[in-house]
Amino acid sequence: MALFARTPRAPLEYSRTLWMRAWVGLVMLFLYAPLIVLMIFSFNDSKRNVVWRGFTTKYYEKALGNDVLVEALVNSLTIAALATIASLILGAVAAVMLWRFRFPLKGAVDGTISLPIIVPEICMGVAFLIFFAKWLEWPTDLIWPFNLGAIVIAHITFCFPFVTMVVRSRLASFNREQEEAAKDLGAGEWAVFRDVLIPHMKPALVAGALLSFTLSLDDFVITYFTSGPDTITFPVKVYSMVRFSVTPEVNAASTLLIILTIVLTAVALKLQGVKAIAETH
Amino acid sequence: MAEQDWKANKRVFAAVSLPTLLWTLLFFVIPMAIVWFYSFGENKGLTEIEFSGTLDNYKRATEFLYLSIFGKSFAVAALVTLICLIIGFPVAMAITFASEKWRPWLLLGIMLPFWTNLLIRTYALMMLLGTQGFANKGLEALWGGASWFRTLVGLQPLPTWEPVQLLFNNFAVVFGLVYVHLPFMVLPLYAALDRLDRSLIEASLDLGAGHFRTIMRIVVPLAAPGIVAGVMITLIPALGAYLTPDLMGGTDSQMIANVIERQFKKANDWPFGAALSFILIYAMFILIALQAMRRKGPEVR
Repeated sequence: MALFARTPRAPLEYSRTLWMRAWVGLVMLFLYAPLIVLMIFSFNDSKRNVVWRGFTTKYYEKALGNDVLVEALVNSLTIAALATIASLILGAVAAVMLWRFRFPLKGAVDGTISLPIIVPEICMGVAFLIFFAKWLEWPTDLIWPFNLGAIVIAHITFCFPFVTMVVRSRLASFNREQEEAAKDLGAGEWAVFRDVLIPHMKPALVAGALLSFTLSLDDFVITYFTSGPDTITFPVKVYSMVRFSVTPEVNAASTLLIILTIVLTAVALKLQGVKAIAETH
Repeated sequence: MAEQDWKANKRVFAAVSLPTLLWTLLFFVIPMAIVWFYSFGENKGLTEIEFSGTLDNYKRATEFLYLSIFGKSFAVAALVTLICLIIGFPVAMAITFASEKWRPWLLLGIMLPFWTNLLIRTYALMMLLGTQGFANKGLEALWGGASWFRTLVGLQPLPTWEPVQLLFNNFAVVFGLVYVHLPFMVLPLYAALDRLDRSLIEASLDLGAGHFRTIMRIVVPLAAPGIVAGVMITLIPALGAYLTPDLMGGTDSQMIANVIERQFKKANDWPFGAALSFILIYAMFILIALQAMRRKGPEVR
Protein backbone atom coordinates (compact mmCIF):
# COMPACT_ATOMS: atom_id res chain seq x y z
CA MET A 1 0.00 0.00 0.00
CA ALA A 2 1.59 3.19 -1.17
CA LEU A 3 -0.39 5.47 1.07
CA PHE A 4 2.41 7.99 0.85
CA ALA A 5 3.71 8.28 -2.66
CA ARG A 6 7.14 6.84 -3.21
CA THR A 7 7.32 7.96 -6.81
CA PRO A 8 6.16 11.46 -7.72
CA ARG A 9 2.47 11.52 -8.52
CA ALA A 10 1.53 12.03 -12.17
CA PRO A 11 -1.11 14.72 -12.73
CA LEU A 12 -3.85 12.26 -13.61
CA GLU A 13 -3.25 9.84 -10.80
CA TYR A 14 -6.14 11.32 -8.86
CA SER A 15 -6.61 8.16 -6.89
CA ARG A 16 -3.20 8.65 -5.37
CA THR A 17 -4.02 11.96 -3.77
CA LEU A 18 -4.59 11.71 -0.06
CA TRP A 19 -8.01 13.36 0.04
CA MET A 20 -9.28 11.11 -2.75
CA ARG A 21 -8.18 8.06 -0.80
CA ALA A 22 -9.77 9.40 2.35
CA TRP A 23 -13.02 10.01 0.40
CA VAL A 24 -13.10 6.51 -1.10
CA GLY A 25 -12.21 5.03 2.28
CA LEU A 26 -15.05 6.92 3.97
CA VAL A 27 -17.53 5.86 1.29
CA MET A 28 -16.48 2.22 1.65
CA LEU A 29 -16.82 2.58 5.42
CA PHE A 30 -20.29 4.06 4.92
CA LEU A 31 -21.26 1.14 2.65
CA TYR A 32 -19.80 -1.67 4.72
CA ALA A 33 -19.84 -0.55 8.38
CA PRO A 34 -23.58 -1.21 8.88
CA LEU A 35 -23.26 -4.70 7.39
CA ILE A 36 -20.16 -5.56 9.39
CA VAL A 37 -21.75 -4.33 12.62
CA LEU A 38 -24.83 -6.42 11.83
CA MET A 39 -22.71 -9.52 11.26
CA ILE A 40 -20.63 -9.01 14.41
CA PHE A 41 -23.67 -8.48 16.58
CA SER A 42 -25.30 -11.67 15.36
CA PHE A 43 -22.81 -13.35 17.72
CA ASN A 44 -23.70 -11.08 20.62
CA ASP A 45 -25.05 -12.74 23.73
CA SER A 46 -27.70 -10.13 24.41
CA LYS A 47 -31.30 -9.48 23.46
CA ARG A 48 -30.61 -5.81 22.89
CA ASN A 49 -28.39 -5.26 19.95
CA VAL A 50 -26.03 -2.60 21.10
CA VAL A 51 -23.90 -3.71 24.01
CA TRP A 52 -21.44 -6.52 23.53
CA ARG A 53 -22.06 -9.21 26.15
CA GLY A 54 -19.87 -12.01 24.90
CA PHE A 55 -19.72 -14.45 22.04
CA THR A 56 -22.53 -16.88 21.34
CA THR A 57 -23.91 -18.84 18.42
CA LYS A 58 -27.26 -19.43 20.08
CA TYR A 59 -29.09 -17.05 17.75
CA TYR A 60 -27.94 -19.15 14.82
CA GLU A 61 -29.37 -22.22 16.51
CA LYS A 62 -32.53 -20.26 17.17
CA ALA A 63 -32.77 -19.00 13.59
CA LEU A 64 -32.13 -22.46 12.15
CA GLY A 65 -34.59 -23.96 14.64
CA ASN A 66 -37.26 -21.49 13.55
CA ASP A 67 -39.29 -23.60 11.12
CA VAL A 68 -41.03 -20.68 9.47
CA LEU A 69 -37.75 -18.88 8.87
CA VAL A 70 -36.11 -21.99 7.41
CA GLU A 71 -39.14 -22.65 5.22
CA ALA A 72 -39.01 -19.05 4.04
CA LEU A 73 -35.33 -19.39 3.20
CA VAL A 74 -35.87 -22.66 1.31
CA ASN A 75 -38.77 -21.05 -0.58
CA SER A 76 -36.66 -18.03 -1.50
CA LEU A 77 -33.76 -20.14 -2.75
CA THR A 78 -36.12 -22.37 -4.76
CA ILE A 79 -37.81 -19.34 -6.31
CA ALA A 80 -34.47 -17.72 -7.09
CA ALA A 81 -33.10 -20.91 -8.71
CA LEU A 82 -36.20 -21.47 -10.86
CA ALA A 83 -36.46 -17.81 -11.81
CA THR A 84 -32.76 -17.71 -12.73
CA ILE A 85 -32.96 -20.73 -15.03
CA ALA A 86 -36.07 -19.47 -16.80
CA SER A 87 -34.73 -15.91 -17.02
CA LEU A 88 -31.49 -17.11 -18.57
CA ILE A 89 -33.37 -18.99 -21.29
CA LEU A 90 -35.94 -16.26 -21.98
CA GLY A 91 -33.40 -13.47 -21.68
CA ALA A 92 -30.81 -15.07 -23.95
CA VAL A 93 -33.39 -15.97 -26.57
CA ALA A 94 -34.81 -12.45 -26.51
CA ALA A 95 -31.32 -10.99 -26.88
CA VAL A 96 -30.67 -13.20 -29.91
CA MET A 97 -33.98 -12.10 -31.41
CA LEU A 98 -33.21 -8.40 -30.99
CA TRP A 99 -29.63 -8.78 -32.16
CA ARG A 100 -30.14 -10.99 -35.17
CA PHE A 101 -33.44 -10.05 -36.75
CA ARG A 102 -35.08 -7.06 -38.32
CA PHE A 103 -38.84 -7.21 -37.93
CA PRO A 104 -41.87 -4.92 -37.87
CA LEU A 105 -42.49 -2.99 -34.62
CA LYS A 106 -39.01 -3.85 -33.41
CA GLY A 107 -38.70 -0.59 -31.47
CA ALA A 108 -41.96 -1.22 -29.64
CA VAL A 109 -41.02 -4.83 -28.82
CA ASP A 110 -37.60 -3.74 -27.61
CA GLY A 111 -39.16 -1.04 -25.43
CA THR A 112 -41.79 -3.33 -23.95
CA ILE A 113 -39.23 -5.99 -23.07
CA SER A 114 -37.07 -3.49 -21.19
CA LEU A 115 -40.04 -1.80 -19.53
CA PRO A 116 -39.99 -4.01 -16.40
CA ILE A 117 -36.56 -2.55 -15.63
CA ILE A 118 -37.95 0.95 -15.21
CA VAL A 119 -41.52 0.41 -14.04
CA PRO A 120 -41.47 0.94 -10.26
CA GLU A 121 -41.58 -2.26 -8.22
CA ILE A 122 -44.71 -1.13 -6.42
CA CYS A 123 -46.61 -0.79 -9.70
CA MET A 124 -45.57 -4.25 -10.86
CA GLY A 125 -46.47 -5.67 -7.46
CA VAL A 126 -49.93 -4.15 -7.71
CA ALA A 127 -50.33 -5.48 -11.25
CA PHE A 128 -49.44 -9.02 -10.18
CA LEU A 129 -51.74 -8.79 -7.18
CA ILE A 130 -54.71 -7.95 -9.36
CA PHE A 131 -53.67 -10.34 -12.11
CA PHE A 132 -53.17 -13.42 -9.95
CA ALA A 133 -55.63 -12.86 -7.12
CA LYS A 134 -58.53 -11.27 -9.01
CA TRP A 135 -58.15 -12.10 -12.66
CA LEU A 136 -56.80 -15.63 -12.74
CA GLU A 137 -58.02 -16.54 -9.26
CA TRP A 138 -54.76 -18.43 -8.94
CA PRO A 139 -55.18 -21.11 -6.27
CA THR A 140 -53.16 -20.39 -3.14
CA ASP A 141 -53.42 -23.78 -1.46
CA LEU A 142 -51.30 -25.90 -3.80
CA ILE A 143 -48.64 -28.18 -2.42
CA TRP A 144 -44.98 -27.19 -2.43
CA PRO A 145 -43.36 -26.22 -4.80
CA PHE A 146 -46.43 -25.40 -6.90
CA ASN A 147 -47.61 -22.84 -4.36
CA LEU A 148 -44.62 -20.75 -5.43
CA GLY A 149 -45.81 -20.63 -9.05
CA ALA A 150 -47.20 -17.09 -9.05
CA ILE A 151 -44.11 -15.69 -7.33
CA VAL A 152 -41.77 -17.51 -9.73
CA ILE A 153 -43.68 -16.11 -12.72
CA ALA A 154 -43.50 -12.60 -11.28
CA HIS A 155 -39.78 -12.93 -10.61
CA ILE A 156 -39.04 -14.24 -14.11
CA THR A 157 -40.90 -11.25 -15.53
CA PHE A 158 -38.71 -8.69 -13.79
CA CYS A 159 -35.43 -10.67 -14.03
CA PHE A 160 -35.22 -11.69 -17.67
CA PRO A 161 -34.99 -8.13 -19.11
CA PHE A 162 -31.75 -7.70 -17.17
CA VAL A 163 -30.38 -10.90 -18.72
CA THR A 164 -31.43 -9.65 -22.15
CA MET A 165 -29.62 -6.37 -21.54
CA VAL A 166 -26.37 -8.04 -20.46
CA VAL A 167 -26.40 -10.72 -23.18
CA ARG A 168 -27.23 -8.22 -25.88
CA SER A 169 -24.28 -6.00 -25.09
CA ARG A 170 -22.08 -9.10 -25.18
CA LEU A 171 -23.51 -10.20 -28.55
CA ALA A 172 -22.54 -6.84 -30.04
CA SER A 173 -18.93 -8.02 -29.99
CA PHE A 174 -19.71 -11.28 -31.79
CA ASN A 175 -17.97 -11.79 -35.09
CA ARG A 176 -20.64 -13.10 -37.43
CA GLU A 177 -18.02 -14.65 -39.67
CA GLN A 178 -17.68 -17.37 -37.03
CA GLU A 179 -21.33 -18.19 -37.53
CA GLU A 180 -20.91 -18.26 -41.31
CA ALA A 181 -17.83 -20.46 -41.00
CA ALA A 182 -19.74 -22.93 -38.85
CA LYS A 183 -22.59 -22.99 -41.36
CA ASP A 184 -20.20 -23.48 -44.26
CA LEU A 185 -18.78 -26.45 -42.41
CA GLY A 186 -22.24 -27.95 -42.26
CA ALA A 187 -23.58 -26.95 -38.87
CA GLY A 188 -27.34 -26.43 -38.63
CA GLU A 189 -29.01 -23.52 -36.82
CA TRP A 190 -29.19 -25.39 -33.55
CA ALA A 191 -25.57 -26.55 -33.71
CA VAL A 192 -24.44 -22.97 -34.39
CA PHE A 193 -26.46 -21.71 -31.46
CA ARG A 194 -25.16 -24.39 -29.11
CA ASP A 195 -21.51 -24.55 -30.17
CA VAL A 196 -20.75 -21.04 -31.37
CA LEU A 197 -23.19 -18.52 -29.91
CA ILE A 198 -23.56 -19.92 -26.40
CA PRO A 199 -19.79 -20.15 -25.77
CA HIS A 200 -19.51 -16.53 -26.89
CA MET A 201 -22.36 -15.47 -24.59
CA LYS A 202 -21.03 -17.39 -21.61
CA PRO A 203 -19.54 -14.46 -19.62
CA ALA A 204 -22.80 -12.55 -20.05
CA LEU A 205 -24.78 -15.63 -19.03
CA VAL A 206 -22.76 -16.00 -15.82
CA ALA A 207 -23.23 -12.32 -15.04
CA GLY A 208 -26.92 -12.53 -15.95
CA ALA A 209 -27.40 -15.55 -13.72
CA LEU A 210 -25.78 -13.78 -10.78
CA LEU A 211 -27.91 -10.72 -11.46
CA SER A 212 -31.18 -12.69 -11.70
CA PHE A 213 -30.45 -14.79 -8.64
CA THR A 214 -29.65 -11.80 -6.47
CA LEU A 215 -32.54 -9.73 -7.85
CA SER A 216 -34.94 -12.56 -7.11
CA LEU A 217 -33.53 -13.20 -3.64
CA ASP A 218 -33.61 -9.47 -2.95
CA ASP A 219 -37.14 -8.77 -3.97
CA PHE A 220 -39.56 -7.83 -1.26
CA VAL A 221 -42.15 -5.51 -2.75
CA ILE A 222 -43.33 -7.60 -5.71
CA THR A 223 -43.33 -10.82 -3.66
CA TYR A 224 -45.22 -9.13 -0.84
CA PHE A 225 -48.06 -8.37 -3.24
CA THR A 226 -47.93 -11.59 -5.26
CA SER A 227 -47.69 -14.16 -2.48
CA GLY A 228 -50.82 -15.61 -1.01
CA PRO A 229 -51.44 -15.64 2.73
CA ASP A 230 -49.74 -19.01 3.23
CA THR A 231 -46.64 -18.57 1.11
CA ILE A 232 -43.76 -16.85 2.78
CA THR A 233 -40.34 -15.92 1.43
CA PHE A 234 -37.24 -14.87 3.28
CA PRO A 235 -37.53 -11.10 2.69
CA VAL A 236 -41.24 -11.19 3.57
CA LYS A 237 -40.47 -13.05 6.80
CA VAL A 238 -37.58 -10.76 7.72
CA TYR A 239 -39.81 -7.78 6.98
CA SER A 240 -42.41 -8.91 9.48
CA MET A 241 -39.69 -9.69 12.03
CA VAL A 242 -38.12 -6.24 11.61
CA ARG A 243 -41.54 -4.63 11.68
CA PHE A 244 -42.62 -6.09 14.96
CA SER A 245 -39.45 -6.76 16.87
CA VAL A 246 -35.76 -6.41 16.29
CA THR A 247 -34.10 -9.59 17.48
CA PRO A 248 -30.59 -11.02 17.12
CA GLU A 249 -32.28 -13.85 15.24
CA VAL A 250 -32.76 -11.47 12.32
CA ASN A 251 -29.06 -10.64 12.51
CA ALA A 252 -28.15 -14.31 12.36
CA ALA A 253 -30.45 -15.03 9.41
CA SER A 254 -29.21 -11.90 7.63
CA THR A 255 -25.61 -12.89 8.18
CA LEU A 256 -26.28 -16.26 6.57
CA LEU A 257 -27.78 -14.55 3.54
CA ILE A 258 -24.90 -12.05 3.27
CA ILE A 259 -22.46 -14.97 3.35
CA LEU A 260 -24.48 -16.68 0.63
CA THR A 261 -24.24 -13.51 -1.51
CA ILE A 262 -20.48 -13.37 -0.99
CA VAL A 263 -20.12 -17.06 -1.89
CA LEU A 264 -22.18 -16.59 -5.05
CA THR A 265 -20.08 -13.59 -6.04
CA ALA A 266 -16.92 -15.57 -5.39
CA VAL A 267 -18.20 -18.42 -7.59
CA ALA A 268 -19.01 -15.96 -10.38
CA LEU A 269 -15.56 -14.41 -9.99
CA LYS A 270 -13.93 -17.81 -10.14
CA LEU A 271 -15.85 -18.57 -13.33
CA GLN A 272 -15.27 -15.29 -15.09
CA GLY A 273 -12.63 -13.23 -13.35
CA VAL A 274 -13.17 -9.95 -11.58
CA LYS A 275 -12.88 -7.83 -14.72
CA ALA A 276 -15.65 -9.53 -16.67
CA ILE A 277 -18.05 -9.33 -13.76
CA ALA A 278 -17.18 -5.71 -13.06
CA GLU A 279 -17.70 -4.73 -16.68
CA THR A 280 -21.21 -6.07 -17.00
CA HIS A 281 -22.68 -3.13 -15.15
CA MET B 1 -23.26 -8.50 -41.87
CA ALA B 2 -26.38 -6.59 -41.10
CA GLU B 3 -29.46 -7.79 -39.27
CA GLN B 4 -31.39 -10.51 -40.98
CA ASP B 5 -34.92 -9.88 -42.15
CA TRP B 6 -37.31 -12.02 -40.13
CA LYS B 7 -38.93 -13.42 -43.28
CA ALA B 8 -35.59 -14.86 -44.43
CA ASN B 9 -35.61 -17.41 -41.64
CA LYS B 10 -39.10 -17.67 -40.22
CA ARG B 11 -38.52 -20.90 -38.33
CA VAL B 12 -35.58 -19.56 -36.31
CA PHE B 13 -37.32 -16.23 -35.79
CA ALA B 14 -40.35 -18.01 -34.37
CA ALA B 15 -38.15 -20.09 -32.08
CA VAL B 16 -36.37 -17.07 -30.60
CA SER B 17 -39.25 -14.62 -30.57
CA LEU B 18 -42.35 -16.54 -29.53
CA PRO B 19 -41.31 -17.50 -25.98
CA THR B 20 -40.37 -13.95 -25.02
CA LEU B 21 -43.21 -12.27 -26.83
CA LEU B 22 -45.82 -14.58 -25.32
CA TRP B 23 -44.32 -14.26 -21.85
CA THR B 24 -44.15 -10.48 -22.00
CA LEU B 25 -47.67 -10.24 -23.35
CA LEU B 26 -49.21 -12.64 -20.85
CA PHE B 27 -47.35 -11.73 -17.68
CA PHE B 28 -46.48 -8.11 -18.20
CA VAL B 29 -48.62 -6.33 -20.77
CA ILE B 30 -51.90 -7.91 -19.66
CA PRO B 31 -51.39 -7.34 -15.90
CA MET B 32 -50.39 -3.72 -16.53
CA ALA B 33 -53.38 -3.26 -18.84
CA ILE B 34 -55.67 -4.59 -16.11
CA VAL B 35 -54.29 -2.03 -13.66
CA TRP B 36 -54.87 0.64 -16.28
CA PHE B 37 -58.52 -0.43 -16.65
CA TYR B 38 -58.92 -0.54 -12.87
CA SER B 39 -57.82 3.08 -12.66
CA PHE B 40 -61.03 4.00 -14.51
CA GLY B 41 -63.23 1.88 -12.29
CA GLU B 42 -65.09 2.45 -9.06
CA ASN B 43 -65.79 0.40 -5.97
CA LYS B 44 -69.20 -1.26 -5.80
CA GLY B 45 -69.45 -3.13 -2.57
CA LEU B 46 -66.52 -4.78 -0.83
CA THR B 47 -64.93 -6.78 -3.61
CA GLU B 48 -66.80 -5.75 -6.68
CA ILE B 49 -65.39 -3.17 -9.02
CA GLU B 50 -67.29 -1.62 -11.85
CA PHE B 51 -65.42 -0.38 -14.90
CA SER B 52 -67.42 2.74 -15.50
CA GLY B 53 -64.75 4.74 -17.32
CA THR B 54 -64.85 7.36 -14.58
CA LEU B 55 -62.05 9.87 -14.14
CA ASP B 56 -62.87 10.35 -10.44
CA ASN B 57 -59.78 8.43 -9.32
CA TYR B 58 -57.51 10.78 -11.24
CA LYS B 59 -59.46 13.78 -9.99
CA ARG B 60 -59.00 12.58 -6.43
CA ALA B 61 -55.26 12.17 -7.05
CA THR B 62 -55.05 15.92 -7.70
CA GLU B 63 -56.35 16.74 -4.23
CA PHE B 64 -53.89 18.70 -2.15
CA LEU B 65 -53.03 15.76 0.11
CA TYR B 66 -51.95 13.53 -2.74
CA LEU B 67 -50.31 16.28 -4.75
CA SER B 68 -48.23 17.19 -1.72
CA ILE B 69 -47.17 13.54 -1.30
CA PHE B 70 -46.16 13.43 -4.95
CA GLY B 71 -44.26 16.69 -4.50
CA LYS B 72 -42.58 15.42 -1.39
CA SER B 73 -41.60 12.11 -3.00
CA PHE B 74 -40.09 14.02 -5.86
CA ALA B 75 -38.22 16.39 -3.56
CA VAL B 76 -36.85 13.50 -1.49
CA ALA B 77 -35.78 11.58 -4.61
CA ALA B 78 -34.12 14.70 -6.06
CA LEU B 79 -32.28 15.41 -2.82
CA VAL B 80 -31.12 11.79 -2.59
CA THR B 81 -29.90 11.93 -6.19
CA LEU B 82 -28.00 15.15 -5.57
CA ILE B 83 -26.30 13.76 -2.46
CA CYS B 84 -25.43 10.55 -4.32
CA LEU B 85 -23.94 12.63 -7.14
CA ILE B 86 -21.81 14.69 -4.76
CA ILE B 87 -20.59 11.62 -2.86
CA GLY B 88 -20.33 9.39 -5.91
CA PHE B 89 -18.51 11.63 -8.39
CA PRO B 90 -15.14 11.65 -6.57
CA VAL B 91 -15.46 7.90 -6.02
CA ALA B 92 -16.06 7.34 -9.74
CA MET B 93 -13.06 9.58 -10.50
CA ALA B 94 -10.89 7.62 -8.09
CA ILE B 95 -11.93 4.30 -9.64
CA THR B 96 -11.33 5.60 -13.17
CA PHE B 97 -7.82 6.76 -12.41
CA ALA B 98 -6.89 3.89 -10.13
CA SER B 99 -4.21 1.43 -11.21
CA GLU B 100 -5.16 -1.58 -13.33
CA LYS B 101 -4.70 -3.84 -10.36
CA TRP B 102 -7.00 -1.94 -8.02
CA ARG B 103 -9.78 -0.85 -10.34
CA PRO B 104 -11.76 -4.12 -10.59
CA TRP B 105 -11.62 -4.58 -6.83
CA LEU B 106 -12.83 -1.06 -6.14
CA LEU B 107 -15.67 -1.66 -8.58
CA LEU B 108 -16.48 -4.91 -6.87
CA GLY B 109 -16.44 -3.07 -3.54
CA ILE B 110 -19.12 -0.72 -4.87
CA MET B 111 -21.17 -3.55 -6.39
CA LEU B 112 -21.19 -6.04 -3.54
CA PRO B 113 -23.59 -3.99 -1.35
CA PHE B 114 -25.78 -3.63 -4.45
CA TRP B 115 -26.06 -7.43 -4.56
CA THR B 116 -26.79 -7.69 -0.86
CA ASN B 117 -30.42 -7.91 0.15
CA LEU B 118 -32.07 -4.49 0.33
CA LEU B 119 -34.04 -5.42 3.42
CA ILE B 120 -30.91 -6.56 5.22
CA ARG B 121 -29.11 -3.35 4.33
CA THR B 122 -32.04 -1.28 5.57
CA TYR B 123 -32.19 -3.31 8.78
CA ALA B 124 -28.42 -2.91 9.31
CA LEU B 125 -28.81 0.84 8.97
CA MET B 126 -31.74 0.88 11.40
CA MET B 127 -29.60 -0.92 13.96
CA LEU B 128 -26.92 1.71 13.59
CA LEU B 129 -29.22 4.72 13.72
CA GLY B 130 -31.49 3.66 16.59
CA THR B 131 -31.54 5.64 19.82
CA GLN B 132 -29.37 2.90 21.32
CA GLY B 133 -27.30 2.50 18.14
CA PHE B 134 -23.71 3.34 17.39
CA ALA B 135 -24.44 6.66 15.68
CA ASN B 136 -25.97 7.92 18.91
CA LYS B 137 -23.21 6.41 21.01
CA GLY B 138 -20.63 8.15 18.82
CA LEU B 139 -22.42 11.49 19.09
CA GLU B 140 -22.71 11.04 22.84
CA ALA B 141 -18.96 10.49 23.10
CA LEU B 142 -18.34 13.62 21.01
CA TRP B 143 -20.77 15.55 23.19
CA GLY B 144 -19.02 14.31 26.32
CA GLY B 145 -15.68 15.36 24.84
CA ALA B 146 -16.99 18.81 24.01
CA SER B 147 -18.40 19.16 27.51
CA TRP B 148 -15.09 18.16 29.05
CA PHE B 149 -13.29 20.64 26.81
CA ARG B 150 -15.61 23.43 27.94
CA THR B 151 -14.88 22.73 31.59
CA LEU B 152 -11.20 22.71 30.67
CA VAL B 153 -11.34 26.26 29.29
CA GLY B 154 -13.46 27.36 32.26
CA LEU B 155 -16.96 27.36 30.72
CA GLN B 156 -20.08 25.70 32.05
CA PRO B 157 -20.26 22.02 31.06
CA LEU B 158 -22.91 21.15 28.49
CA PRO B 159 -26.23 19.76 29.67
CA THR B 160 -26.45 15.97 29.83
CA TRP B 161 -26.72 14.13 26.54
CA GLU B 162 -30.15 13.35 25.17
CA PRO B 163 -30.19 10.67 22.47
CA VAL B 164 -31.03 12.18 19.10
CA GLN B 165 -33.93 10.70 17.20
CA LEU B 166 -32.14 9.59 14.04
CA LEU B 167 -34.71 7.04 12.99
CA PHE B 168 -38.37 7.31 11.96
CA ASN B 169 -38.12 10.76 10.44
CA ASN B 170 -37.37 12.40 7.09
CA PHE B 171 -33.65 12.49 7.79
CA ALA B 172 -33.62 8.70 8.15
CA VAL B 173 -35.47 8.26 4.85
CA VAL B 174 -32.98 10.42 2.95
CA PHE B 175 -30.03 8.78 4.70
CA GLY B 176 -31.38 5.30 3.98
CA LEU B 177 -32.12 6.06 0.34
CA VAL B 178 -28.63 7.50 -0.18
CA TYR B 179 -27.15 4.39 1.40
CA VAL B 180 -29.15 2.09 -0.84
CA HIS B 181 -28.80 4.03 -4.10
CA LEU B 182 -25.17 5.13 -4.01
CA PRO B 183 -23.93 2.19 -6.13
CA PHE B 184 -26.55 3.03 -8.79
CA MET B 185 -24.90 6.43 -9.18
CA VAL B 186 -21.25 5.40 -9.05
CA LEU B 187 -21.39 2.69 -11.73
CA PRO B 188 -22.76 4.77 -14.67
CA LEU B 189 -20.52 7.68 -13.66
CA TYR B 190 -17.54 5.36 -13.79
CA ALA B 191 -18.62 3.98 -17.18
CA ALA B 192 -18.76 7.54 -18.57
CA LEU B 193 -15.49 8.73 -17.04
CA ASP B 194 -13.70 5.61 -18.21
CA ARG B 195 -14.51 6.43 -21.84
CA LEU B 196 -13.13 9.94 -21.50
CA ASP B 197 -10.13 10.95 -23.61
CA ARG B 198 -7.49 11.62 -21.01
CA SER B 199 -5.33 13.74 -23.29
CA LEU B 200 -8.01 16.46 -23.04
CA ILE B 201 -7.58 16.59 -19.27
CA GLU B 202 -3.81 16.64 -19.65
CA ALA B 203 -4.09 19.44 -22.20
CA SER B 204 -6.20 21.48 -19.82
CA LEU B 205 -3.74 20.96 -16.99
CA ASP B 206 -0.78 21.80 -19.27
CA LEU B 207 -2.44 25.02 -20.36
CA GLY B 208 -2.57 26.17 -16.78
CA ALA B 209 -6.04 25.31 -15.50
CA GLY B 210 -6.15 23.97 -11.95
CA HIS B 211 -7.55 20.55 -11.10
CA PHE B 212 -10.86 21.91 -9.90
CA ARG B 213 -11.29 24.10 -12.95
CA THR B 214 -10.36 21.20 -15.24
CA ILE B 215 -12.96 19.00 -13.61
CA MET B 216 -15.69 21.62 -13.84
CA ARG B 217 -14.90 22.86 -17.37
CA ILE B 218 -13.60 19.71 -19.10
CA VAL B 219 -14.52 16.52 -17.24
CA VAL B 220 -18.08 17.37 -16.25
CA PRO B 221 -19.22 18.56 -19.72
CA LEU B 222 -17.61 15.57 -21.43
CA ALA B 223 -19.08 13.11 -18.94
CA ALA B 224 -22.51 14.80 -19.08
CA PRO B 225 -24.30 11.83 -20.73
CA GLY B 226 -23.03 9.53 -17.98
CA ILE B 227 -24.00 12.01 -15.29
CA VAL B 228 -27.50 12.24 -16.74
CA ALA B 229 -27.68 8.43 -16.90
CA GLY B 230 -26.54 8.16 -13.28
CA VAL B 231 -29.09 10.77 -12.21
CA MET B 232 -31.90 8.86 -13.95
CA ILE B 233 -30.83 5.48 -12.62
CA THR B 234 -30.83 6.91 -9.08
CA LEU B 235 -33.85 9.18 -9.36
CA ILE B 236 -36.28 6.61 -10.81
CA PRO B 237 -35.99 3.90 -8.14
CA ALA B 238 -35.72 6.52 -5.39
CA LEU B 239 -39.01 8.04 -6.54
CA GLY B 240 -40.76 4.67 -6.33
CA ALA B 241 -39.07 3.56 -3.10
CA TYR B 242 -41.30 1.66 -0.73
CA LEU B 243 -39.20 -0.19 1.83
CA THR B 244 -36.97 2.62 3.10
CA PRO B 245 -39.73 5.15 3.85
CA ASP B 246 -41.87 2.35 5.26
CA LEU B 247 -39.29 1.02 7.71
CA MET B 248 -37.16 4.08 8.43
CA GLY B 249 -39.64 6.90 8.01
CA GLY B 250 -42.03 8.41 10.49
CA THR B 251 -45.72 9.10 10.08
CA ASP B 252 -44.97 12.19 7.98
CA SER B 253 -42.37 10.55 5.73
CA GLN B 254 -44.79 8.65 3.53
CA MET B 255 -43.76 8.51 -0.08
CA ILE B 256 -46.02 7.77 -3.01
CA ALA B 257 -45.32 4.02 -3.00
CA ASN B 258 -46.52 3.78 0.60
CA VAL B 259 -49.76 5.51 -0.31
CA ILE B 260 -50.28 3.08 -3.21
CA GLU B 261 -49.63 0.13 -0.91
CA ARG B 262 -52.18 1.41 1.57
CA GLN B 263 -54.88 1.59 -1.12
CA PHE B 264 -54.38 -2.09 -1.86
CA LYS B 265 -53.75 -3.54 1.59
CA LYS B 266 -55.62 -1.44 4.15
CA ALA B 267 -57.88 1.12 2.52
CA ASN B 268 -59.05 -1.45 -0.03
CA ASP B 269 -59.58 1.14 -2.72
CA TRP B 270 -58.02 -0.64 -5.67
CA PRO B 271 -59.20 1.72 -8.44
CA PHE B 272 -57.67 4.71 -6.68
CA GLY B 273 -54.45 2.79 -6.04
CA ALA B 274 -54.37 1.81 -9.71
CA ALA B 275 -54.73 5.45 -10.72
CA LEU B 276 -51.89 6.49 -8.41
CA SER B 277 -49.71 3.68 -9.84
CA PHE B 278 -50.28 4.91 -13.34
CA ILE B 279 -49.55 8.51 -12.41
CA LEU B 280 -46.22 7.27 -11.03
CA ILE B 281 -45.54 5.34 -14.24
CA TYR B 282 -46.39 8.41 -16.35
CA ALA B 283 -43.98 10.44 -14.23
CA MET B 284 -41.25 7.90 -15.06
CA PHE B 285 -42.06 8.16 -18.75
CA ILE B 286 -41.82 11.94 -18.63
CA LEU B 287 -38.42 11.72 -16.92
CA ILE B 288 -37.15 9.25 -19.53
CA ALA B 289 -38.52 11.35 -22.39
CA LEU B 290 -36.71 14.39 -20.96
CA GLN B 291 -33.49 12.41 -20.85
CA ALA B 292 -33.95 11.22 -24.43
CA MET B 293 -34.52 14.80 -25.57
CA ARG B 294 -31.43 15.96 -23.75
CA ARG B 295 -29.40 13.18 -25.31
CA LYS B 296 -30.51 14.17 -28.80
CA GLY B 297 -29.72 17.83 -28.21
CA PRO B 298 -25.90 17.94 -28.39
CA GLU B 299 -25.78 15.53 -31.32
CA VAL B 300 -27.62 17.99 -33.54
CA ARG B 301 -24.83 20.53 -33.34
